[in-house]
Amino acid sequence: MTIQITRQLDARGLTCPMPIVKTAQAMRELAAGEVLEVLATDAGSVKDFAAWSRTTGNPLVESSVDGSVFRFVLRKA
Amino acid sequence: MIGTIDAPAPGAPIARPATVDDHATAGADRVKELVIVNWSGDLDRIWPVLILSSTAAASGIKTRVFVTFWGLLAFVRDDVRITGENWMQRMLAAMNRPGIDHVKLGKMNFLGMGPWMMHRLARRYHVASPRELLEAAQAMGVEFIPCQMTMDLLGLKASDLVDGMGEPAGAATAIELMTEANASLFI
Repeated sequence: MTIQITRQLDARGLTCPMPIVKTAQAMRELAAGEVLEVLATDAGSVKDFAAWSRTTGNPLVESSVDGSVFRFVLRKA
Repeated sequence: MIGTIDAPAPGAPIARPATVDDHATAGADRVKELVIVNWSGDLDRIWPVLILSSTAAASGIKTRVFVTFWGLLAFVRDDVRITGENWMQRMLAAMNRPGIDHVKLGKMNFLGMGPWMMHRLARRYHVASPRELLEAAQAMGVEFIPCQMTMDLLGLKASDLVDGMGEPAGAATAIELMTEANASLFI
């Protein structure tokens, strides 16, 4: 099943905490059930996006890596 | 100078937001709270204060930063160079330039070489500057509460501070906030 991406956020090149801050800002604009895709290069973001998902209750649907780029797919709770 | 701000009546309860903040996330039973006491005006402490507070607010946590002593000088507006009402307060500001772009390192300051190198490294590795982080923290809804006694001691007026600061308050407010919060830090 392919996930319908509602919005994309390019956080490549940003370091902690900006990928998370920008993700939170982007998620504010989504409606419940809509999906955000985030690209990041911050190596700490793998643990951070999982933690942010647990703290906020917005499910992390997908977490993957392609070379040095991390991809996170979050669904707004 | 005392009384530049409309202080709440003695004994009045602390003003708390009546509604759950818009960044509070669904699913949580109660919005978690974090309180940071920002005492230091050092770059290497202001940085984590702003990183942690903006991240907490971005995580749906109601975040308040009680800004006191040297910390408050970092929250002086850009266009205010010298603060204070008497020569001692003004001299303190002259020796310790206020403002978020002028905070010094707590160690390895070396007459400004340390902060200069730190800012250059931050730019090279795309680390957000304290100014960017302050803007992000405020955009995420972090509440910065200036310490009234520090304002009196250093001769700071509300108009000397950056826009968006909360109502000045004292130690009892800080204690209530800290004891009610899920976590509190003194930095």
